[in-house]
Amino acid sequence: MSLNFLEGNEAIAYGAMAAGCRFFAGYPITPATTVFNTMLKLLPPEGGVCLQGEDEIASIGFCLGASMAGLKCLTATSGPGISLYSEQISFAIGSEIPLVIVDVQRLGPSTGSATRGADGDIQFLQWGNSGGLPVIVLAPSDVGDCYLLTMYAFNLSETYRVPVFIAANKEISMTRETVDLSALPRPTVVERKTANADAPFLPFATAGDQKVPDFLPIGGDRIVRQTSSTHGPDGYITTDPQVIGDAIERMQAKLTDEIDRFTFYTEDPADGADTLIIAYGVTARAARVAGRNAAAAGTPVSLLTLKTLWPVPEALIREKAAPYKRIIVPEMNLGQYVREIQRVLADKKVEFVGRMDGSLIPPSMIEEVIYNG
Amino acid sequence: MDSLLNTQRPPVFCPGCAHERVVHALDKAFSQMGLAGNQVAIVSDIGCSGLFDTFFNTHAFHGLHGRALTYATGLKMARPDLHVVVTMGDGGLGIGGAHLLSACRRNLDLTLLVLNNFNYGMTGGQCSSTTPPGAVVGSGFLNQLEKPIDVCQVAGAAGAPDVRRASSYQKDLPEVMAGAIGFKGFSVIDMWGVCPGRYTKRNPLSPKAIEASLAGMPPAAGFAEANARREYGEHYRELAAGQKRQTEPSGMAKTCEPPFSGRREILILGKAGQRIVTAAEIMGLSGIAAGLHASQKSDYPITVLRGHSVSELILSDDPIDYTGISNPDVVIALADEGVARRKKQLENLTGNPLLIREKSIAVPDCAARIVEADFKAQKIKPQDWALAGLALLARRGGIVTGDMLAAGLAARFKGDVLASAAELVNRVEDAV
Repeated sequence: MSLNFLEGNEAIAYGAMAAGCRFFAGYPITPATTVFNTMLKLLPPEGGVCLQGEDEIASIGFCLGASMAGLKCLTATSGPGISLYSEQISFAIGSEIPLVIVDVQRLGPSTGSATRGADGDIQFLQWGNSGGLPVIVLAPSDVGDCYLLTMYAFNLSETYRVPVFIAANKEISMTRETVDLSALPRPTVVERKTANADAPFLPFATAGDQKVPDFLPIGGDRIVRQTSSTHGPDGYITTDPQVIGDAIERMQAKLTDEIDRFTFYTEDPADGADTLIIAYGVTARAARVAGRNAAAAGTPVSLLTLKTLWPVPEALIREKAAPYKRIIVPEMNLGQYVREIQRVLADKKVEFVGRMDGSLIPPSMIEEVIYNG
Repeated sequence: MDSLLNTQRPPVFCPGCAHERVVHALDKAFSQMGLAGNQVAIVSDIGCSGLFDTFFNTHAFHGLHGRALTYATGLKMARPDLHVVVTMGDGGLGIGGAHLLSACRRNLDLTLLVLNNFNYGMTGGQCSSTTPPGAVVGSGFLNQLEKPIDVCQVAGAAGAPDVRRASSYQKDLPEVMAGAIGFKGFSVIDMWGVCPGRYTKRNPLSPKAIEASLAGMPPAAGFAEANARREYGEHYRELAAGQKRQTEPSGMAKTCEPPFSGRREILILGKAGQRIVTAAEIMGLSGIAAGLHASQKSDYPITVLRGHSVSELILSDDPIDYTGISNPDVVIALADEGVARRKKQLENLTGNPLLIREKSIAVPDCAARIVEADFKAQKIKPQDWALAGLALLARRGGIVTGDMLAAGLAARFKGDVLASAAELVNRVEDAV
């Protein structure tokens, strides 16, 4: 064992480099700034580009340009910055521009508390842009997750040509902790699929049941069009309802049909338990302690930690919850993801325990619900 | 060189629109420069100027209103050899004002064509940032209240080295454009033109009137000398190549034994400037040297040179799940600011933890084994108190040993800094 003592944000940056990231742009904001700081040390000497935009809108705009030029791109911000990213996020979704976006969540609403943690953006990351198409959101629980999920985020972003979010939290991103980087089970790095050089190129064409268009970079030998307007396979504006509808459905199906391929989770099952805690992020760690304490006190409780939050891994949640009578969902907000759990597990008793005051949910708060409901 | 116009998609502007003349002038400029379609990217935004990319057989990137310069910046940094031409109306200019200023300051090799027709043509002829106060527009009286901006003066003041004023009707427009595209750095052309669909319905404006007005404007070329400097991308790559490479950290191996099993929580209460965060990191590294897991959380105000600085450290032989500290095993109190920040936590201490306190720092009544240390009398500077506190803790040996601390210091510091830290650790006197 060879341990490093890293912040979550540093691990995100190292994970990005390991995934082949070559471009970063961001605007300073606590608690995300140390992602920028680390990328600024790592990228330029490797021939990559790290820029500080004049604002968040510019920063993500730089990334969209560089991504269409063929580079793997990363940006990092917090809730106030995600608000400013919004129109560019919907552009990336609707025009299939790969990008990894880190949201180091801090206590809101609005500018809120810069140095206090929260999981208040969990619905916002999925729905906080125009159009309502799905995105991928991955939630790290610890520093090792920050590294690995960032690698997976790049792979997924390249595979599906979508923005992929890392839903971090100040409590992970700015907490320094031990991690054995050499022992992390890194995935194979995935590159975006490029178009066949012999065939005519249409930037948004898909053949047969292909769900993701092949990519060619702007600036390459063959001419490429990109547009934020509703477009046909040729990248020009279309008003044909059939063409529009087919593309929208394809962009939804490319994620919802494949969710099983990127449903990341861990489980801590307990023999004889009738209660399952479903948690994510840093709160899953308090839930693990609560489960251990409850088991020691004679009340075994199981834990399912979700690392993929969006699209909602419904099949996994149904399968894992099936043996249990009671479900507990703890969150550092007023009850956001619990809505999804209640929707998926409509036939079960789902209890929520939340906190939104900038403090971690301690194991004792979860134990209280375990014992007293 | 052949025309780059897209014969499949001829311009669709209103009859008499100045934009159409600009389309043909731009095509001539590309031809004069001998550019092929794959050597050019046209980046556009929303509005009638946003249609430009569709009329050319070049790379194209059409995005959100006012944000074209942001995409162009990413594109150009990723593809330095590409000729990136940005089209924008006076609408995009207003909504994307911050991007214009930054592009001027940056001097990345982009060419910005402002198709300035003094109103928002596509949405009903509302006023824009360049509408004269006397014009009759779709925004009622609102344009009477605001002064129009002169794109050239703004761009020049913001640092653009190549600023050009032009009429969409002037004969040498292709040459003006070719000059801007060929310029190595950021170029802006403020191109005035007529919007027959909206503006000239209610406002008398003709090519001749535009020519006369332009003649009365301050010269744009005057910024060339004052703003002449290196192109951003080339300069960036030169500076980037000189940065020291940094690889993924390799981690620390276990070199000594921990003095305990289980989990220990340490709370360090100090103030800005006392190197509290660094001391806690050293303590974490000391734990790693003994094969322990560690977590460190810090709490300090945004004004980093004033106020409390508190670090929480956990050492454990198992991986750490919950990173919060409820009841510390050790408290090191080094400043009133830190003590005040955690007053409640101190008052609620249980289990009789060790509390090392600098003699001058008062702590509230609490259930702890209080140990006093007179760092002032030992002439230890306040910025070294945190390390001195660690040294005293290591003397006691229950949580951190001398070997662990030595290894932690060696992992964090080098050379003279390490030597003086080690000297301090040896010199600090045991608590009274």
